[in-house]
Amino acid sequence: MRYLPLTPADRAEMLATIGAGSIDDLFVDVPAAARKADLFDLPLHAGELEVERELAGLAALNRPAGAGPFFCGAGAYKHHVPATVDHIIQRSEFLTSYTPYQPEIAQGTLQVLFEFQSQVAALTGLEVANASMYDGSTACAEAVMMAQRVTRRKKAVLSGGLHPHYAATTQTIAHAEGMDIVRQAAAIDAEAAVLDAIDADTAAVVVQTPNVFGVVTDVTKIAEAAHAAGALLIVVTTEAVSYGLLKSPGEMGADIAVAEGQSIGNGLNFGGPYVGLFACREKLVRQMPGRLCGETVDAEGRRGYVLTLSTREQHIRREKATSNICTNSGLCALAFTIHLSLLGETGLRQLAALNHAKARELRDALAAVPGVQVLTPRFFNEFAIRVKGSAAAAVEALLADGVVAGVPFSRLDPSAGLDDVLLVAATETTSTQDIQAFAQALAGRTA
Amino acid sequence: MTMLNVGRPTRPEGAAESAGHASLTGGRGLLQDEPLIFELGGWTKTGVDLAPAAQDASDLGDLVRSAPIGLPGLSEPEAMRHYVRLSQKNHAIDLALYPLGSCTMKHNPRLNEKMARLAGFADLHPLAPQSTVQGALTLMDRLAHWLKTLTGMPAVALSPKAGAHGELCGLLAIKAAHEANGQGHRRTVLVPTSAHGTNPATAAFVGYSVVEIAQTEDGRVDTADLAAKLSPDVAAIMVTNPNTCGLFERDILEISRLTHEAGAYFYCDGANFNAIVGRVRPGDLGVDAMHINLHKTFSTPHGGGGPGAGPVVLSAALAAHAPAPWVVSGPDGLRLVEETVEEAAQGFGRMSAFHGQMGMFVRAYAYMASHGADGLRQVAEDAVLNANYIKARLSPVMSPAFPEGPCMHEALFDDAWLDGTGVTTLDFAKAMIDEGFHPMTMYFPLVVHGAMLIEPTETEPKHELDRFCEALIALAHAAKAGDVDRFKGAPYLAPLRRLDETLAARKPKLAWRQEA
Repeated sequence: MRYLPLTPADRAEMLATIGAGSIDDLFVDVPAAARKADLFDLPLHAGELEVERELAGLAALNRPAGAGPFFCGAGAYKHHVPATVDHIIQRSEFLTSYTPYQPEIAQGTLQVLFEFQSQVAALTGLEVANASMYDGSTACAEAVMMAQRVTRRKKAVLSGGLHPHYAATTQTIAHAEGMDIVRQAAAIDAEAAVLDAIDADTAAVVVQTPNVFGVVTDVTKIAEAAHAAGALLIVVTTEAVSYGLLKSPGEMGADIAVAEGQSIGNGLNFGGPYVGLFACREKLVRQMPGRLCGETVDAEGRRGYVLTLSTREQHIRREKATSNICTNSGLCALAFTIHLSLLGETGLRQLAALNHAKARELRDALAAVPGVQVLTPRFFNEFAIRVKGSAAAAVEALLADGVVAGVPFSRLDPSAGLDDVLLVAATETTSTQDIQAFAQALAGRTA
Repeated sequence: MTMLNVGRPTRPEGAAESAGHASLTGGRGLLQDEPLIFELGGWTKTGVDLAPAAQDASDLGDLVRSAPIGLPGLSEPEAMRHYVRLSQKNHAIDLALYPLGSCTMKHNPRLNEKMARLAGFADLHPLAPQSTVQGALTLMDRLAHWLKTLTGMPAVALSPKAGAHGELCGLLAIKAAHEANGQGHRRTVLVPTSAHGTNPATAAFVGYSVVEIAQTEDGRVDTADLAAKLSPDVAAIMVTNPNTCGLFERDILEISRLTHEAGAYFYCDGANFNAIVGRVRPGDLGVDAMHINLHKTFSTPHGGGGPGAGPVVLSAALAAHAPAPWVVSGPDGLRLVEETVEEAAQGFGRMSAFHGQMGMFVRAYAYMASHGADGLRQVAEDAVLNANYIKARLSPVMSPAFPEGPCMHEALFDDAWLDGTGVTTLDFAKAMIDEGFHPMTMYFPLVVHGAMLIEPTETEPKHELDRFCEALIALAHAAKAGDVDRFKGAPYLAPLRRLDETLAARKPKLAWRQEA
């Protein structure tokens, strides 16, 4: 087997050094009843060629996003990632290293994490960011639980504009910790409704902008209302490229900002691995979940970086930790940081403007299709439309024309009664021809 | 014209006699001193060429940001050089043995990387129409089949994103099962003192109180203490097996019997599954839930701290409570069930926005298919053989924490052998860096004084194990011979010397800021 270097002669020599008669002697502590003598009922080992054939065969059964006109968003976005990013993240020293617990021989990873934290803090307009979470949805759940620790209150209000899968994840995880999660009904322009639900028991208000229907909202007034009641405002973003065009969460008064960072540096990967961004006000830092990288000096006074404030974390604090998270999304954070270094402020602003312009072009084309109603008044690169009949059926029908038309809202929340709502996204990868193909196919169907 | 026959010197005359000195600029041979991207001066620079936007953002009015973000940019050559220079300051499994106990730093096959990058997997949207992702669903289904077969368990939840996320999934399933059975009042989780920190942290996260179980002299769960603490208030026990001392829990069948008799569930931390894969099925040990770190046993790269993947296998008692989504087969092929209310009203909810770490599933599946049933069994055998070989070779100079009997996939030493030398476990570990090795896991598990936990994995050849053992033996002799400076000042030869962690925590500087 090509990954196993020991030869039969090595094994015999090593057993002799150990003083064991056979390999079975090393497994004597396993109860006899639990020892499996036979091979499991699975295929035997296979060469690289055979494995590659099997997997390439499975991959060929899928239709990649890049295969034709494609308009799905709803929390994961198709963007172009520069070739440099994938080359660097495949370097052995990044790919095959562990969490940087020995800082003297992990300065590469640690400096990248410091750069990542600095970039995320700048994007969100907040003072500090951690070294990443699993993804945006789990970061959202962690933010709600952090608000409980900060305010010592139990209630969280989730806006009806929050991605339903983020709301479900938060409900599952935060409810288990004993929180009272108030999930508001899904609605296109849902944000203002949270104002009525804020009271003296509220730990956190969670709003998303752009929201799941694409609506961009200035949340400043919600921040003021939350703060007046002693609650924290958590702002969620599922499309990190929007930071390049829109006011930052910090600028609008957010206490915690969480986001899905997949759009920058990371591919779609059928939903994972992604990278959760998590930033907050400096005064809240000791209640943050996850790893933090900080600057320090070495024995000779040279600048260096270490994991720090680890007294918040599970390996030190055990049951009193701020979170149970250990492994996070290091390599995805590296991809994010490289891509964002290549973009820089100039490139990110251009990319965001380009995404917005493509979405406006898509909006204009779809609005002209008879029977289609655009529901989202102001958007970044994604918006909702109403179609005649079921949006899920429309998506299936348009597949026959080679167009992947978007995400039916019913797939995210079947009980919302919004079966005719379709979420559509455009990015820099969307061409005018793609948009025309979509509009024509939709017109052909609704005619 | 004549050729000059006195060219450049070709012998290192005099070089050997001259003393070393620090460089003038901070650079050191192949190692460059590298500033932060924020200090490279690229406030207007970009390394991408984008088409101009055809429309402006006037429709968004004052929702548009006006203040600068504060992001530096690099051209492509600058970015390449910056990150390659940084990479050279990392240790990596591709450079040398990486003996972190409990972390399973094995070789990461590049076939797996290539497969995960096929457009049919990498460029697949999680919410694309299900008729367009049948190959991906088939892969998830095959991965599930392998995991269920290898563990002898009837169900698996694929969505957890790492080990600790898997622990959370397992405990939430246990909580849901208790609630469904009228046992929702159970509030306690029992955890051995040797457990990973994530175990008590997860139990507390789910709202349980944590009670520790004592350990026997020979490094195992004290079953008498367990029996005494198993009350009607106990919801579950969380036991790592093989445990964090690198030992198999000999009384595991008794542990699961006692647990089930008390009406509690048995959560097994599967971090050390590498030691038994292909030889022992956790289902035969009475396990109700166990996470599998695909980034340990199944070789997906650690990436400097993730991403991982932590699928959770579940017993028949817990299977109905698995979180959404899961894959089922129907008349039109495979299908994802994305709402727990749809087909199993007892599902406890959702672990994350989408279906799990698909990129890791592809890599882990490529690894499993490469090894097959025979290769995976050999993995466990060679991992255990390598650890016992290290234990045998180092025991004459270091003190094994549990000298009697074999260890499993990792060898645990305490610091008794350093008594009187003035050298601590930390000093010894830092001196290993100068010899070109990554230190072992230190000061864990907490039950062993000055613990040094060495896990070589099965992908180390014998000559690398020998090189490693000889380095440690030489260091041990140096410590005992009173060569204390070698340890106290170590590392001397790493990119940086020892770092001041107290300073970092006392005055946290967590992001770059423009100097005022």
